[in-house]
Amino acid sequence: MALTGIQIYKFLPKTNCKECGFPTCLAFAMKLAAAGVELSACPYVNDEGKAALEAAAKPPIRLVTIGAGEKKIEVGNETVMFRHEKTFVHPTGLVVRIKDTASADEVAKAVEEISGYSVDRVGMTLGMDGFAIQNESGDAATFAKCVATVSSQTDLPLILMAGDPAGMSAALEKVGDAKPALYAATKDNIDQMVELAKKCGCPLAIRSSDGLNELAELTEKAAAAGVKDLILDPGIRGFADSLVTLTQIRRLALAKRFEPLGYPVITFPGEGASSLDEEAVLAAQHIAKYASIVVIDHFTPALALSLITLRLNIYTDPQKPIQMKPGLYQIGEPKADSPLCVTTNFSLTYFSIAGELESAGWPSWLLVCDTEGLSVLTAWSAGKFDAEKIAKAVKGENAAEKMSHRNVIIPGGVAVLRGELEEELPDWKIMVGPREAMAVGGFLKENWKN
Amino acid sequence: MPEVEIPIEKWTGAVKEVKLGGGGRKEVVVGGETTLPFLTFEGSIPNPPKVAIEVYDKEPSGWPSPLLSAWGDAVKDPGTWAKKAVEFGADIICLKLLSAHPEGGDTGAAEAKAVVDKVLSAVDIPLIVIGPGVAEKDNEVLTAASEAARGQRVALGNCEEKNYRTIAAVCISDGHVAIAKTPLDINLCKQLNIMLSDIGVPLDSTIMDPDTGALGYGIEYGYSINERLRLAGLGGDAMTTLPIINHAGSEVWRQKEAKTGEGVPATWGDHEERSVVWEAVTASTVINAGCDIVVMCHPKAVERIKATIDKLMGK
Repeated sequence: MALTGIQIYKFLPKTNCKECGFPTCLAFAMKLAAAGVELSACPYVNDEGKAALEAAAKPPIRLVTIGAGEKKIEVGNETVMFRHEKTFVHPTGLVVRIKDTASADEVAKAVEEISGYSVDRVGMTLGMDGFAIQNESGDAATFAKCVATVSSQTDLPLILMAGDPAGMSAALEKVGDAKPALYAATKDNIDQMVELAKKCGCPLAIRSSDGLNELAELTEKAAAAGVKDLILDPGIRGFADSLVTLTQIRRLALAKRFEPLGYPVITFPGEGASSLDEEAVLAAQHIAKYASIVVIDHFTPALALSLITLRLNIYTDPQKPIQMKPGLYQIGEPKADSPLCVTTNFSLTYFSIAGELESAGWPSWLLVCDTEGLSVLTAWSAGKFDAEKIAKAVKGENAAEKMSHRNVIIPGGVAVLRGELEEELPDWKIMVGPREAMAVGGFLKENWKN
Repeated sequence: MPEVEIPIEKWTGAVKEVKLGGGGRKEVVVGGETTLPFLTFEGSIPNPPKVAIEVYDKEPSGWPSPLLSAWGDAVKDPGTWAKKAVEFGADIICLKLLSAHPEGGDTGAAEAKAVVDKVLSAVDIPLIVIGPGVAEKDNEVLTAASEAARGQRVALGNCEEKNYRTIAAVCISDGHVAIAKTPLDINLCKQLNIMLSDIGVPLDSTIMDPDTGALGYGIEYGYSINERLRLAGLGGDAMTTLPIINHAGSEVWRQKEAKTGEGVPATWGDHEERSVVWEAVTASTVINAGCDIVVMCHPKAVERIKATIDKLMGK
């Protein structure tokens, strides 16, 4: 929880010496609260105040990075229980588990398919985030070999899963500076796992099989030994108990600022489910409530698509709605004489009009204007959806070359733009469509003559 | 050593319990929670969320293949369809009077009465009846439905801001439950609840439909509105303490991911698997945000969600 200016002010010397560049200590405190200046600008704040302010500025859930390079996974730093309070910030890492008992061929095939898996959604290219390799065989050499195979074939981050420090150590030698996460330290092996994590500078997952007290004890131990990048596995696997436990961990971290549990959480929905689709539904629950890394055991394109989409939705900033990339979209297979409709790039606006055109059976051209993600009326009243912008989009997308006609349909809600648009696009006839997307089928039936 | 003290939320409000059925029909009670979804360590959930299955008053046209193959010929007759829905695990039947729409057949009160009678006599579980969404027709066919179901406490919808008086009035006079529908806006939702209450619909006879989008199509709005309504209600705002209904199924089956088997990217995977997971994930997500009645379509998705609710309730 960030401190307010007044709370910060209490720790300052209150001498108004102006050496920080601000006229008063209070003004400096206000600027600090807004993160517009560093505390070090005050030469007189004492150590006690410094420690208090630094502790307060520390994120309640630590940011942990798995992997190195462009595709690294960053999780944690969440500040709210509910996305509407602000936003969830670091999307859940979706990771697929591979066991070292699988044949080399199976492993290679899975890694190739999953690494290469990508889907396009609202102009974004999305995919899976990494692999968790499990030392199922219990043999260090087999594990190391499997890890080497996977890491040679993918640049996605890895989680190394071995209870035996010898296996972990052997695998670590195969991954260079890839900074995998190590899973997991338990009360039986924590000293050795902490040593390994320290040596390689990798994040360490901590698993408890005896409740949150033990989990907190173990994280304190790891932190005291100098390993700060931790990931929590409370060892809970089912629907109800994982919902409760993950909620409690998030609450303890945020509301109580309970540092020993102020870390991202990893879950294994495959272990709490008895079928593929049950695993998907449990994984979906974990994405919404409150896992930072979800390790799935069964990858299929259909399941992956649904989980990736849910993650995108849940982690959308409520203040910044999902936007479509502006441009000329084809609904169905439009021909040169198909209707041309104009809309905004708020994703829901796009989806409603595109869906209606499709289900009404009208192959069409849909020109999406950049309104910064606002819907038709909101964009219009904010001055982000006007005749000039529409005209620019019509010209910019070379609509005149793609279409044999010169009719452009604008949403009924902005009928008022018609006159101005006629001036901007003198070669085009401006048609005013219905106010609601739902009515577009009827409108076209009535008004569109090929 | 740190000692973990679990923070407990002490809520002052509780969701109203709303009863459907009775008069010889099985009773189903929804609502009554005094805690956020499935957080039973700090409150109680006397009535777990219920699954309603959609039945239309006429054979669906242009239905996606995964639905058609799951339901087979049952969809040719609303009575048979409803019976099959019970076999598939429906707690409630959600009957949609699509053919009353001016562009869908423009049928009237007589046809509405007949189909409601038919479904009521085919099954013994409670009924939700949804009109075609055109004010004049809604008023006509829901009034007929109300008469047909008198004494059996069905839910009638939708009451909307621009048209709620007639439906609310028949709900009051025939002892039914009104469904208050608003378009993804928590303030409008609360306002409509107040308007219904002002004209005499008891709070324990109202269910709110704050709307949702499908997975990939605005589910985040439905999710957050459910959460906000539930937080407000538990926090003591009486006008938001009504049970929530979400039409997860019909939202999902309008979208390409569920509808379309051909001409989609290979990365979308198997059509049936995708469509069922799409509906199940949409439904489970709204349930985790506070939904009390989720209306669904595909039997496999229904089975999954019923099992999920059992597990979330610790069964």
